[in-house]
Amino acid sequence: MIDQKPILEVSNLCTTFRRGGVDLPAVRDVSFSVGQGEVLGLVGESGSGKSVTLRSILGLSRRYGDVTGEVRWLGQDIASMPERKLRHIRGREIAMIFQEPMTSLNPLLTVGMQLTETLKAHTDLNRAARRDRAIEMLDHVGIPSAASRLGEFPHQFSGGMRQRVMIAIALAASPKLLLADEPTTALDVTIQAQILDLILSLADEMQMGVILVTHDLGVVAQTCENVAVMYAGRVVEQGAVRQVLGAPRHPYTVGLMRSVPQNVPPRTQLYSVPGTPPSLEALPVGCAFASRCQNRTERCLTARPTLDAITDDRRVACFNPVAAEKAGAA
Amino acid sequence: MATLQYILKRLFLMIPTFFLVMIIIFVLVRFLPGDPAIAIAGDRASDADLEAIRERLGLNEPMLVQFWLFVTNTIQGDLGSSILMRAPVTEVIFNRLPTTAFLTLYAVGLSLLIAGPLAFVAALNRGRWPDVLIRTVFQVGLSMPVFYIGLILLTFLAAQLRWFPVGGYGDTFGARLYHLFLPSVAVALYTSAIIMRNLRSAIIEVLDAEYVQFARAKGLPNRLILGRHVLRNALISTVTLLGLSIGNLMSGTLVTETVFAVPGVGRLMLEAIFARDYPLIQGLTLTFAVLVSVVFLLTDLFQSTLDPRMRLT
Amino acid sequence: MSDISLSESEATKPQKTRLQIALRKPGFLIGVAIIGFSSLLAIAPGLFAPYDPNFIDYNAVRQPPSWAHPFGTDMLGRDSLSRVISAYTVNMQMALLATIFALIIGVTVGALVGYYRGVADMIFGRFVDAIITFPFLVLVIAVVAVLGPGLINMYIAITMVGWVYYARLMRAEVIAQMGNDYSAAGVVMGYSDRRIIFRHLLPNAITPVIVYWMTDMALAILLGSSLGYLGLGAQPPQAEWGVLIAEGRNFITTAWWLSLMPGVAIVLTGLGFSLMGDGLADLLRPRG
Repeated sequence: MIDQKPILEVSNLCTTFRRGGVDLPAVRDVSFSVGQGEVLGLVGESGSGKSVTLRSILGLSRRYGDVTGEVRWLGQDIASMPERKLRHIRGREIAMIFQEPMTSLNPLLTVGMQLTETLKAHTDLNRAARRDRAIEMLDHVGIPSAASRLGEFPHQFSGGMRQRVMIAIALAASPKLLLADEPTTALDVTIQAQILDLILSLADEMQMGVILVTHDLGVVAQTCENVAVMYAGRVVEQGAVRQVLGAPRHPYTVGLMRSVPQNVPPRTQLYSVPGTPPSLEALPVGCAFASRCQNRTERCLTARPTLDAITDDRRVACFNPVAAEKAGAA
Repeated sequence: MATLQYILKRLFLMIPTFFLVMIIIFVLVRFLPGDPAIAIAGDRASDADLEAIRERLGLNEPMLVQFWLFVTNTIQGDLGSSILMRAPVTEVIFNRLPTTAFLTLYAVGLSLLIAGPLAFVAALNRGRWPDVLIRTVFQVGLSMPVFYIGLILLTFLAAQLRWFPVGGYGDTFGARLYHLFLPSVAVALYTSAIIMRNLRSAIIEVLDAEYVQFARAKGLPNRLILGRHVLRNALISTVTLLGLSIGNLMSGTLVTETVFAVPGVGRLMLEAIFARDYPLIQGLTLTFAVLVSVVFLLTDLFQSTLDPRMRLT
Repeated sequence: MSDISLSESEATKPQKTRLQIALRKPGFLIGVAIIGFSSLLAIAPGLFAPYDPNFIDYNAVRQPPSWAHPFGTDMLGRDSLSRVISAYTVNMQMALLATIFALIIGVTVGALVGYYRGVADMIFGRFVDAIITFPFLVLVIAVVAVLGPGLINMYIAITMVGWVYYARLMRAEVIAQMGNDYSAAGVVMGYSDRRIIFRHLLPNAITPVIVYWMTDMALAILLGSSLGYLGLGAQPPQAEWGVLIAEGRNFITTAWWLSLMPGVAIVLTGLGFSLMGDGLADLLRPRG
């Protein structure tokens, strides 16, 4: 399935925002790649930099802060590409869907308008053809009587339906990569699975790569081939899903795994990683996870571990990684 | 259908408000100093004449009856006779109203013309020098009373440089635009300061909104993002603000008409007050109240056509 | 961007930095400096005015600005600078007296109808609707017409109309605050109504009212001088900026300085109040 040559290569991506004279390092030295048709999971707590990473790939962060590093799309660096050129890649080759279907659609424009304007920007279709394609897309993402709903406004759709509309808009121009920023978090639990299935089946059908940002490890285990775990703006562990989730090496990944209820008897208290992540404006000198880590040593407080390869395609940023066999038991 | 129902509902809600408005005007006017009969007939009128006038105006009736007369007469479009102008109040007001309406609309147009583009420039350059410069200039503009701006414009552009006429209001449309330019600018400078402030923060808010981020992620060209997604949404709050500022705008018109000797209802109000022309004061106050209410209603309607979320509620 | 950690870190900032941020803003400092100096001029104009503002000198009528008379002299030979300075007393007094009673009445009425609701609140609501239907200046002018022109009557007129705006704001704030848990807790604890209103609701609800008060003081100076200009406020020979501008109006082409200078004082003071108000708003406004 997976093409040998990656379509997207992100290396040493750093995004810094400035608030009230203080630099906030939202993303630090993030590197990963996505192959054609590959589904990559990006996991972490709120504020770990997952969303900012996605937005930085598409150049949406640079209005608000400083973005450095390389984002290679089909061999071309798009991180430094001027807005005018970049807009032909946005939506046409790389599309993105957002977390909040309630606020991500313009409340004053009809759904049809918001769908066809994408087509107008990226295709040569005439007005009638755009309309046909819009109906086809809405139909494709499972919106009943699509033709009659083109003239309706976002507030006339339910949350799940709005998320379907957003997917239809994002995929209208048949992109090769989809950046999905927690696409199911804001939805009812019953709808979540439907939307996720929809995204994955469409990705499969269109041979489209997906970067799925989520904090749900269960979703990652079911859907992704590779995963990167982020903490306080950095990737702390990455590799194939089977290995990372099967035998986590970073104490934080272990903690995340333990907080997913698996085969527990009813009424047991759920585990959660103790403590809270450090604030971005006051990151410690050493490892950002040290204050919450049980394997902490003196060294963790004074130096920051780099993301090093422990096997071929497996990387961990920890001085005292959890032993492979022990981790499996946790 | 829904819109019609909405208008009817709004009009119905205006009834109690207007009842109170009429009470306020009635009480105010009854407390005006001086005897209206003397004001009408003059100092040398005989007691019998005065009594006849009082009888005719219903001033000898109990207060409640007088109020009833005021309400019924008003509904029939009879606001009495102006003492100053020696003509029916409605006629006097309707003669002057078009000038004021023209002036007000002119000022609104100029305000938008000034504030709109500058708000965009300021918002898109948030925190940088164009933004700081524009905001500083408008901050100063906000502290300038209309009569002072008017006087400066009158002195330098009309009296000294003779680019504009010192007074009058012209006969043709073009002449009106020319004659009323300075009076409108005097009001517009103040109003545009308010609009600029509001529009700038509205644009900034919309620029950061998720749906604008999504529009960017879709790869739309910048002009489409600004023109279709940002402007339309920022406009709603501006229209609302403009509607709510109609009272301020009319206060400004009143002052500017006085400074530039424009024969509108604002200057008429001051003339009526200095002449103690109580039927005219009464009629004018009511006219202002009606005008403001109509603008409030229009604002609501405009907002609901612009914002689909408000259409069905 | 809407990253949660950003807003969290902002919320945990201690109160002290907010004052520091406000003090770092040049606008706020300039505003405070202008108002401080203006107050000084208002309290002791005699210390700064080079001449007696009412000293008439028919030999020095309408003289252009010079070293002896930096703002020139008026049609009676009075020193314009001294008159502009002595007007500070009246105009600064306007900012206070035209607003303070409206503030007190408005806060009281707003808090009461907001707390008790019921019929009184309904009547109040209709009344507010009716009042905002009049342009502010029209209603104030009408009340001045009833009372007669003059400073005191102008204060009464502005207060009679202005309190409604304070009351409306206060009512909305009290209702919003009552939605919060602590006032409900107060009711459960059996506190008296008075204690709940004055100890718990008022201190929390009053912040936006205070911010509005600052902008209203700037407006009061603009309104007061406008009425003075129109002949409905302060009366000559009282030195008041609007009156001074009106006095100079007839000589505007020959002695422009008579009207220009008092206007500069209006703009400066108005700017001072609005800059201070903006800074105060940043300082007091809770951040969400």
